[in-house]
Amino acid sequence: MLSRLIIPSLSALVLLASCERETQVERANREGILLFGNSNEPKGLDPQVVSGVLESNILRALCEGLVTDHPSEDAAYGYGGAESLEPDETSTVWTARLRRNARWSDGEPVTARDYTFSYQRILTPSFGAKYAEMLYFLDGAQEFNRGFRGRILFERSPRDGDPAWQELAAVGFQADESIPAEALEAIAGKSWDELDPAGRRLWARSRGLDGLKRAELEWIAEDPAGRFVWPDGFADAELVLARLIASFDEDLWELARVGVEALDDFTLRLTLRGPTPYFPQLLKHYTWFPVPKHVVLKHGTMTQKGNRWAKFGNFVSNGPFQLKSWRINDHLEVERNPHYWNAAAVTLNGVRFLPINNSYTEARMFRNGQLHQTYSAPPEMVDLMERENPEILRQEPYVGTMFYRCNTTREPLNDPRVRRALNLAIQQSDLCNKVMRGFLPASGMTPPMDGYETPNVVSHDPEEARRLLAEAGFPGGKGFPRMKILIASRETAATMAQAVQAMWRQELGIETEIENKEWTAYLAAMQGLDYDFAASGWIGDYLDPLTFLEMWTTGNGNNMTGWSNAEFEELLKQSHQEADPAKRYAILNQAERILLEDSPTLLIAWYARNYFLDPAVEGWYPLLLDNHPFQSLRLRTK
Amino acid sequence: MARIILSRILQGLLTLLVLVTITFFLVRMMPGSPYTDERALPPHVLAELKAYVGLDRPLPVQYATYLKNLIIERDLGILLKKDEVRVSEVIRQAFPVSAWLGILSIGIALLVGLPAGVIAAAKKNGPLDYACLAAAMTGICLPSFVIGPLLAVVAGLNLKALNVAGWSSPSDWIMPAVTLGMVNAAYLARLTRGGMLDVLNQDYIRTARAKGVPGFKIVTKHALRGGLIPAVAFVGPAFAAMISGSFVIETIFQIPGMGRHFVNATTDRDYFLIQGLVLFYGFLIVAANLLSDLGQMALNPRLRTSA
Repeated sequence: MLSRLIIPSLSALVLLASCERETQVERANREGILLFGNSNEPKGLDPQVVSGVLESNILRALCEGLVTDHPSEDAAYGYGGAESLEPDETSTVWTARLRRNARWSDGEPVTARDYTFSYQRILTPSFGAKYAEMLYFLDGAQEFNRGFRGRILFERSPRDGDPAWQELAAVGFQADESIPAEALEAIAGKSWDELDPAGRRLWARSRGLDGLKRAELEWIAEDPAGRFVWPDGFADAELVLARLIASFDEDLWELARVGVEALDDFTLRLTLRGPTPYFPQLLKHYTWFPVPKHVVLKHGTMTQKGNRWAKFGNFVSNGPFQLKSWRINDHLEVERNPHYWNAAAVTLNGVRFLPINNSYTEARMFRNGQLHQTYSAPPEMVDLMERENPEILRQEPYVGTMFYRCNTTREPLNDPRVRRALNLAIQQSDLCNKVMRGFLPASGMTPPMDGYETPNVVSHDPEEARRLLAEAGFPGGKGFPRMKILIASRETAATMAQAVQAMWRQELGIETEIENKEWTAYLAAMQGLDYDFAASGWIGDYLDPLTFLEMWTTGNGNNMTGWSNAEFEELLKQSHQEADPAKRYAILNQAERILLEDSPTLLIAWYARNYFLDPAVEGWYPLLLDNHPFQSLRLRTK
Repeated sequence: MARIILSRILQGLLTLLVLVTITFFLVRMMPGSPYTDERALPPHVLAELKAYVGLDRPLPVQYATYLKNLIIERDLGILLKKDEVRVSEVIRQAFPVSAWLGILSIGIALLVGLPAGVIAAAKKNGPLDYACLAAAMTGICLPSFVIGPLLAVVAGLNLKALNVAGWSSPSDWIMPAVTLGMVNAAYLARLTRGGMLDVLNQDYIRTARAKGVPGFKIVTKHALRGGLIPAVAFVGPAFAAMISGSFVIETIFQIPGMGRHFVNATTDRDYFLIQGLVLFYGFLIVAANLLSDLGQMALNPRLRTSA
């Protein structure tokens, strides 16, 4: 009873107190603070540790790489830490001249040593950076990061008298994958010291020479022929072992000659693994941002985990903004960095990032004038906003593809005809119009981007689908096993799966089930190849088809389909050596065609982003990667 | 009396040990690991990360290390997803928020629920009783994820009186505290009404009535003390639950409290954070139960002698 009195009376009190009160957005406009919906709490601020989109939003405000995002054009870039960036004639060696007036937020100059330090840090294997792969474009980076000791010693830094690498490549630097699993079970869970000689031999083979410790190499060196399996006729075993042991404690960074070099304090030379005309696009990514060497070393060693330099109070950055305050699950606020080289051109006084996880809460906050921009928009609200406030609803393409992974190690999904049939039976346009608002039907893996022609292979063709399925031995779906669609309990995945389920039933006579798992369980199932179909998506890291293609190579952690194709991989390798952009795209197009025809994934749609933006925000243009540079944004005050 | 309390404390410690043990092994049985990421990690990176926090060692060793750190160093460990942050820092930052929200909510619950229950019992089967019962049933049936957004839409978007979410000014406390308080007020009202009715039907009350004690005095002086016992038993654990955070309320109103950490830590498989939060919550429950036992002893003399 009383409850019915309390709510209205409390509300009335507050109402009286707050008549004609300005909204938070109005106040923020006056103060020049952008209120930015950022979906969740960042996992950290160390650009070489984090790996997410919401962290990248914050890092774009705090830090700066050699080049910056352009406010309105996807393919263009501006100069950030570098005042110029010159490629050689093959686009393989790039020379960056750094700005002499670029400073960290503590006033120290940003030098080329900060960049070399940063790249060494992210690539050092013991640092365990999740996103080190982004730097594999640097010559020698992959060898160093993956700990390919043999390649580093004998190929990148050979000594007189060393056998040729071509000869060595076969002698057990890589783990021997032909060992049957039952054999390995005998040594599983045991340490080197507990193993008998036979077990140790197996251990060494299964890890390869690269993966062995010094004591293990020394044990083999006592009797090379008897304790390790060398290829027939290989005579240099002792030589190889001696060199591996002798250089065990040598600095691999030096030996690997990774293609990053400070010519002087303000000149940085980056040598890449091959011609890379699109290199500036890559440099926009935060993995290429420098970290302050002097600050990292003040709080620990270069590669120490749990180094507290990136915590609030210690964090120092070189971007247009610096860290002002941070409270977990509440907000993270940045303010102008007075030492920023281009501080005069920055108009915002700060950005407040709000980790609002629930899109309905976020939409309410936006409508209540508490946010300038939302991270997403609930599908139900898209219709409403279209009718009521079309000027604040933004619907823009985004470089991402939604697809179902197929487990190609399972029958009958190991048959490409079956996979193709399943894909042709999906009517993408229906899914886009009715479920995923603003998404576009995907004819290929790579979404539309400037200059690249995505092969047009996937379409809606139920006739052809039925023919292929019959050819594969399942006419009218007869005899087709009941398979499961794995989804994560997030967003519209369930609606989508039900629609696909219905399409397959109707067009092909196939029955499927939907298996809903919690996020991490879903990821674990996918990574363990413990699924039939898995609803998935991929957002490009940079604006090039390679970010959508390289993941399908053998052994890539993001493949997760069991699919591999030698011709496809050969073409990708070729593309790494092609300097002419048009020819390179033609090679990638050929590779993508192979991928699509073999169809380890069933394409669903190309991504779009639906969100709300307050009209007071100026300088905000649609961008495919959605990386809006904060230094170009302005807030309009009335 | 002292012996009872001492034995309760020892029981509590034992409960916490069992809790830590069960949690430790259960979280490790969940599919995936803290390093299961959308972008799969290369095996050599995974090995580095696991070795750094000792997750590569056999389970019994990990368990012993955890207990050792917990008891001797009084250290709950680091966040596996953010290794520069300690579990204790997370609790230190989030608990005051949740505790404050919990205190406000329990205040509302007590202020609303107790009088409503007492009045309903005193006016049994009258219109006032039915009104209270109906309101309480509505409060119990409507979950906070319905009440919360409704309140936000009405008070925030329609009346333009309050922020719909956030935790930056005292006016931001109102809606979450009311939402969380009302649900508990409803339970309290029903428990109080039941407890009061039990007492009001007893012989000594009839005697008091026969002696001509006024109705108001019978309720406040004779019946209240006994009638509150079920409510007090409920308030202890409910209070512990409230101050340790509510995921739903925190998500609806964007509050930096403990509840979101609880759920996110589980999804993230952040083993140390889950263990730390569960242990902390367990500690609160044990302490609150102890206090509520003491409260009941104060109200009911018979409890003071029996163990």
